[in-house]
This record gives sequence, C-alpha cells and structure tokens, in this order.
Amino acid sequence: MEETKGPLPSLDSPVRRRFLGSALRYGLGLTALWTLGLSLSDWIGPTGAHDRSKSLSGPFDWSVPNAPKAVAVVTGSHRAACFAEAMKALGGMPRFIASGDRVFVKVNAAFASPPSLGATSHPELVEAVVRHCVDAGAAQVVVSDNPINDPASCFRLTGIADAVRRAGAKVWFPESRHFQPVTLPDGQYLHQWPSWTAPFLLADKVINLAPVKHHHRAGASMICKNWYGLLGGPRNLFHQHVHEVIGELAALFRPTLAVLDGITTMMTNGPTGGSLADLKETQTLIVSPDPVAADALGASLLNIDPHKLPYLQHAQRLGAGTLNLEAVAIHRATL
Amino acid sequence: MRIHHVRRLSQTYFLILFVFLCAVTRLGTEWTQIRAWPVNWFLQLNPLSAVGTALGTGTLFAGLLWGLVTLSATLLLGRFFCGWVCPFGTLQHVLGWLGMRRKSFSQRVAANAYHSAHRLKFIFLFMVFGMACGPLWTPDRWTSWSSAAKTLGLFTAAAALVLGTASQGNAESGKRPSRLEDGLTGAAVFLFGLTLARFPVAVGSLQTGLLDPIALLQRSLNQVLFPAFGLFQPEGLAGNRWTQGAWLLGAVFLAALGLNLVKPRFYCRYLCPAGALMHLVGRHSLWRMTRITDRCTDCKRCETVCDAACRPSMEILSGECTLCGNCLVVCPEKAITYCRAPLPAKAAAPGAVDLSRRQVLVALGAGLFAAPVIRLDGLSQHRFPPNVIRPPGSLAEPEFLRRCIKCGQCLRICPTNVLQPALWEAGLEGLWTPVLDFRAGTSGCQYQCVACSRICPTAAIRRLTVDEKHGTGAFADRGPVRLGAAFVDRNRCLPWAFGKPCIVCEENCPVSPKAIQTMETLDKLPMPPLRVTAREDNRWIVDGFRPVEHRAPLESLWLVKDFGNPSFQWPIRDWGDGWIEVSYTDPKGHGHAATIEKPEGAVFLAVKLKRPLVDHARCVGCGICEHECPVRGVPAIRVTPENETRHPERSLMARQPSGTF
Repeated sequence: MEETKGPLPSLDSPVRRRFLGSALRYGLGLTALWTLGLSLSDWIGPTGAHDRSKSLSGPFDWSVPNAPKAVAVVTGSHRAACFAEAMKALGGMPRFIASGDRVFVKVNAAFASPPSLGATSHPELVEAVVRHCVDAGAAQVVVSDNPINDPASCFRLTGIADAVRRAGAKVWFPESRHFQPVTLPDGQYLHQWPSWTAPFLLADKVINLAPVKHHHRAGASMICKNWYGLLGGPRNLFHQHVHEVIGELAALFRPTLAVLDGITTMMTNGPTGGSLADLKETQTLIVSPDPVAADALGASLLNIDPHKLPYLQHAQRLGAGTLNLEAVAIHRATL
Repeated sequence: MRIHHVRRLSQTYFLILFVFLCAVTRLGTEWTQIRAWPVNWFLQLNPLSAVGTALGTGTLFAGLLWGLVTLSATLLLGRFFCGWVCPFGTLQHVLGWLGMRRKSFSQRVAANAYHSAHRLKFIFLFMVFGMACGPLWTPDRWTSWSSAAKTLGLFTAAAALVLGTASQGNAESGKRPSRLEDGLTGAAVFLFGLTLARFPVAVGSLQTGLLDPIALLQRSLNQVLFPAFGLFQPEGLAGNRWTQGAWLLGAVFLAALGLNLVKPRFYCRYLCPAGALMHLVGRHSLWRMTRITDRCTDCKRCETVCDAACRPSMEILSGECTLCGNCLVVCPEKAITYCRAPLPAKAAAPGAVDLSRRQVLVALGAGLFAAPVIRLDGLSQHRFPPNVIRPPGSLAEPEFLRRCIKCGQCLRICPTNVLQPALWEAGLEGLWTPVLDFRAGTSGCQYQCVACSRICPTAAIRRLTVDEKHGTGAFADRGPVRLGAAFVDRNRCLPWAFGKPCIVCEENCPVSPKAIQTMETLDKLPMPPLRVTAREDNRWIVDGFRPVEHRAPLESLWLVKDFGNPSFQWPIRDWGDGWIEVSYTDPKGHGHAATIEKPEGAVFLAVKLKRPLVDHARCVGCGICEHECPVRGVPAIRVTPENETRHPERSLMARQPSGTF
C-alpha cells in the first residue's frame, strides 16, 4: 500500500526488483504446489480391480525329458540304502539332476514332531536325497516347506534342519513377503492363489519327498497331497473340496522325482499321528518320476484301492501322471 | 462498512452454508435433500485432508484438490480460511467474544497474549503426519520413475514444511542451532522411517480427523446436535437417529466450544492441526498484517481484540494471524495495515513457530513410530474384530485407515442409520470410523443402495455402482461386494432351538436366489406317545389328550405314526380335549392316508418346520436378516466380517470368484 503511492518506480528500482523477486518466488511456489498436486490427483479412486499381471501362471514343469516310465519299489528298513538302490534301478541320479542344477526338495515338514512319529519326512531320507543331488553336481540344494505348525519349530524338531545342514544344503523358511499368487489355467480353485514361490521359482529341478500317511479328510497323504505345503493364504478352505484341489495341485506342480517314504507308514490318526501305535513298519520306499504312479503304489500300503482315491483320478485326468500301473515298469528290489 | 463487517458477513455466510450443506446431506430429490449439493466442499477445502491422504496413499482423490486452492490462497493472503471461512472458527470466534465481553482492558490484553503452548497444535500436526507418512518409505512407492518422482515430490514438500518451521530455534534468545545438527536429526528421522518400512506393520494411519475442525464440526452436527434436537433428519423412521458413543462426540464438542470461555479461540490457538498447517504456509504469505512502527503509540488497543493472539502490537506473528481485521479497525493511529510484505522476506522475519526444528522432527519421528506400534495389535489384519463390519466398497482395513478422516459423511447419508461411528471396537485408530450395527438402524444395509460409497470424500469407501455391488453386468466375473457373512445361531433360532416356525430371515434376504435357504424337518414334540382309540369321520378319539398350549400353530403340527413314511403322517386340522382332527388329503397328493381306518399303536405329535441355512456363496452380509431377526438381544442370525470381499484372506469359500487375490 505504501509503495503504490508516489512516482512509478523505475525498472531497476529496489521496489520493482523486489516485486519481480517476490512474483518469481511465489510463482515458483505455487507452480510447484500445483504440479505436485495435479500429478497426485486421482479422479477415479481405487477400483477394487486386482492386478492380475503379478500372478504366475503354471503348470510348473520340472520333469526331465525322456524320464523312464518306471517306479522303483525297494523293500528294506535303511532309508539311505533303499534310496540308493531305487536310484540305481531308475538309471542313477545324473539322469535326473544335471551338473549345475539348482534343486528344490519339497519335504513334508508339516508338524513340529519328532521323526520317530512319522508325521514328517524322515531326516535320514532327506539327507540321502540331498547327498545324491550334491553328488550329481547340483549347484544348490534348497529344502523347504510352508508347514502347518510353526516353521522354525517344525524344521528343528523333525530333525530335517540338522540333516540338511549335514548334507550341505539350505533350509528356507517361508517369509510372508515372498509369497506370490500362482494360477493353474483352467483350474477351478488355484486362481491367483498366494503361494510360497521363492524356492521353486529359482529351481531347475524339484524333488517331492513325502511320507505315506493316513489322512482323515483326503484318505491318504502322499506325494500329491504334499504340494499343499507350497500354498499360503487361507488354504484350509480347500478342505471343502480337498480332492479336486489336490488334483489341481498335481497338475500345477510337475516334479522331477517323487520320493515316497513307506518305510514306516502312518496307518491311523493321520495326518498328525502322535503315537507309535499309529505307525506300521511297511518297509517300502517308492521312487518314480511319475507322482501319480508313486501315490498309487503308496496307497496300497494303507490298504487303499488307488482307484478309490478321488484325487488320484483327478490328477490322472489333468495329465499329472498315470494310475495305470500296467503302463509303468515296476522295478522291485529287496535289501 | 468496515473490514470487520465484511469479515463477519463472510463468516456468517460460510457458517450458514456449512449448516445448510450438513442439513441437505440426506437422501432425496427435494432441494432440501442431497441432489447435487457439494456437501463435501468444506472437508475438501481443508488442506489437512489433502496432505494427510497424499502422504499415506500418494494420491489426491478428486475433490481434495480444493485443498490446494486453499493452500495457494493462504500462501498469497495468509490464513483467511481460519478467520473468514472456517465454520468451527466462527463458532470459536463468537464464543470467545462472548467470554470476553465483560473483561477489563488488561484482562483482555492478558487473554490475547501469545503463549508458548500454542505449539501444541504443531506437535499434534507433525505427529499425525508422521503416522500418515509410513508408506512413503515402502518399496512399492519407488518402483517406477513416475511414482518415485511423486514420492520425492511429497518428501520435498514435507521437508519444505518442516524446514520452514522454526528455523530460529529459540525465538527469544535468538540463538541459532547448528544446521549440521538439524541435518543429522533429519537424516536420523529419514533412516528411522526407512528402517521401519522393512517391517510389515509399517503402514500409514491417518489420524488428522481426530482434531480436524471441519470433520469435528461435521460429525458433531450430524451425529449429535441434529439428532438430539430432531433437526434436518431424514424422512420417516430413519429420522430417529441413534449414535453409538454420542456422549463422547458430544463431550468433545462441548469441551472444544467451552474452552473459549477460558481463552478466546482456544481450539484454534492450541489444538487445531488445520490451523497449524495453514500457519506454516501462511507465515510466508505475500500479503500480511504489518505494523508501521513509526505510527504505533503502543496503546495496546489492538491486543484487546486480537483473538488469534498474534501480537499485533509487537512483531506480528503472521502465521498465527487469522486476518480478522480487528486490529485495523481499532487502531486509532492506523498503525496496522494489510499489505504486501514491506521488507525482503528474510528481514521481515515472519514470527517464528515456537518450536525448534528438532522438536518438529522428534514429533514426526514419534508419529512414524506410533503408527506401527499401534498396528502391532493386529486388529486391522490377523486378529480382526468380529464386530467390525465396514460399509460396502470399503478398502481393505490398512488402506481404509490410510484414508478415513472420520468425517461421518457416510453415516449421515446412510438411509437406515445402520452405519455407526466406531468407538473402540476397530482399535485405537478406528475411533469414529464407520461400522455397521445391525441393531441400530431401521434396517440392515439396503441392497440397492451405494450412497456411502458415493459420498466418501477420500475414497476410503471406494465408489460403487449398484452393478458392482451386486456383481452383475460388467462385474459378473467378480461376484458381489460382500460385507461379511451371516451365521445362524442354532441355539437361539426359533425353528432350530424352540420348534417354532419363523424364517423371517429367509423372507427378508434381498439376494436372488436367496442366500438363506430353508430345510424342512418333521420333529417329534417332547410328549409321551398317544393312542387313537376310535375314529369319527375326520376326528380321531385320543383318550386323555389335552391340546398343547404355547406350541407351534396348528398348521405346523402333525400326527405321525412313522417318521420314515410320509403315508403315516397326517396334518392336524383341529383338536380338543380327547380328540384330534386330521386331514386325510396329504398336501402333496399322496392320499394313501384316506384308506387307513385309524392308526394302530403309538402315534406322536410332531412339528413341521422350515429351518434357515445360509449359502455363503450368495450371502453378501447386508445384515437385513440380523436386523429382522425376532430374537433381538443377541440375534439368532448374525453377520460377521468373514468372507468379506475386501479381505480375500477372510474368505470362507474354496472357489474364489476370479481375480480375487
């Protein structure tokens, strides 16, 4: 107000310069404010649409070409020896694991219980499998699972963590921020389902290693059911349609090898067991590149007709393997 | 007419406009109902909402750009909003004036003196900004060049606000703190944020709404004053509005007003975070109140009328000044003038905020720390409270809490009053956020209504169309928007537990085909068996029989000889002492019973019932069933947030609509 009175200021007068200066400063300030504001502006708001691009699409196939259509069934009680014998029958580990491969061994570490109770993959067998992979030249072997009980407790109490360390591999615990959605195209259930993808995305080969167990809802828990342990999210919802979901899991994940441990079988009270009385020494180790054939043979240890396990039917229909044991060579050996 | 008259006109106009816009916030097509009135305008004008949501979400939702208009004008003119527009400020102004009327000259001067506790509002402001800004550090804010640039812009803007504060350290002693120290403290806060962002609980939480003056006045009018006095209520029964925790809302409102009797504009001076934000911008304003020292005789008259306590008789604190213009009017010497800052900015030394930069950074850091600590209780995710059901379209809880400003517009527009302000059930952060209380409203959540989603000024409830809510048309593959799922409590349900027909829930289920289905059963009543001794036409003689009182109505009662065989079940038509009349024509037309002379052996009284079952694939959680359930205290069918679409991990269904996760 004061300045506007009196004669007009000249171009280089302090008043004019000050006016230009403040015009510039305030102009810049306002421009910055509106540039930021308009760049942040959102005229629509959140739409509730989900970003499907983040979902990984299966099937994830780690099977080796020209894998033998065969199952090795070894009778014995020493797991490492049985496994060595089985691999010999299938043509040796190098037939499946190439030098430099990164291998993921999907164990069943579902429960925090000791190996003697047979609810989880046996540490001796885990160790033997890892050693075979290392001996075949694997660059890295990762053992993991997304168990039901607390993961750290599970790996510790089952003895798997120690076994893996002894054999020179790594245990990966699931971490929530490394879960990613996966999809089985044409599947009905596995749509953008949050899964523990970190170990298998990095892997060239995947070995599914599971014990044979009775399962109250699914009938039997073996290789196909073991894939459950890669799921995150509210996977317990899947028990409403457990057979269809296991079938889809078998279609989604195609392992290099299935190692089914029936040395001791949990006959009742599965899948947790909890008593030695639930177990039976069935003395059988089943190894095959075909997970469905392996499960079909495993079912007989539980006195279950594999054709009456609906999820095996689903798995076969979806191309995960064969239930027709006539079509596979069964190499039997006894130690 | 002098400047303060103009200002009073402006204040009156905006206050009336504000009340009017609150009043018309109700559904309808009259001009006194919502139509297209800009009912969120004041909330949007308040830059606090804009800055708060921008920090947390990296976006400015539609109308929030109005906040930039206010900020721009504040940068040029000063805090005109507080003195000329803010309706809550106007109420403060009037009450402060009332409280001062009988005070002496010196008492007035004392009441209007600047007090160092005015800094409280800044501490609150920086704490809530600290709580809101957690997501700025998270990696997904830096994934693309454009989002990184935006995040950097927000950081720069925030830093400008922080560094523009209180650079003079202790204003009285004039001692300047070392810039190095400031820099280190700032870096420490930044690193602290970076560290916190690694953890899953590092999420923003918007709490500006607690003390936001517009939101506070809005919810006080809409949820307490209007309903209490029956003013401007929706038509019909919904006009009787109930508000959970109205006592707290009312107490806060009364306190905020009553404190004016202690100090004029108490709320504005000490508490208002919007005022604090506009202070930070307004203290650099181009135009400002300026004292011409040569003319000033130090009479202190200006101090008696300055309710912003901005020290007009000394070096004016231009950030505190609300441009009320009282000093211009009362000064006998015309020693105060409103003009472009007469001196270069540095020399003009706009009155410092009585807060050192380090205190600001500590407040920010405390907020940054507080948000994840509060979030650790897990209520927004894993331990979700079973009674927090959010309105349709609400974002997942963590995102919801980054946006909701607790203004209560959704509650006000809700036609049924089923939306209620949360007290503590949604956790500390969720105070006054909307939750559905199916026993409060005139009905559950109306199936065809999306009003709350259309009104939300910050898109905490995202905009829905009826098609999207129902999962029809273009949204058919996503399925409906679910608020939760209904569960039948078989221990309380009349047909399940008491053997009486009811199925009010089934009838009222608005989904087609209905989400509540029924199962028909025929149950024996707890009575000894009966024996039919003779037949007289349709009437069977039953010795010793007495009609049963307080049972299901006759049309539900059957006489049954064999529960497994429909041919041996007869509907009862009438009864009396010693006789029962049955219908021989089976409603399903079997008709075998007519051939039977009379049943031999024991027969039983039985009740035929339809019992409700919920199909969770169809249930949308609208809660109309819960509202209509005749069991009122703890209803026999209740909705909990299981299966709500905004949280796929709470699903109950194995088969998800495509694209859920």
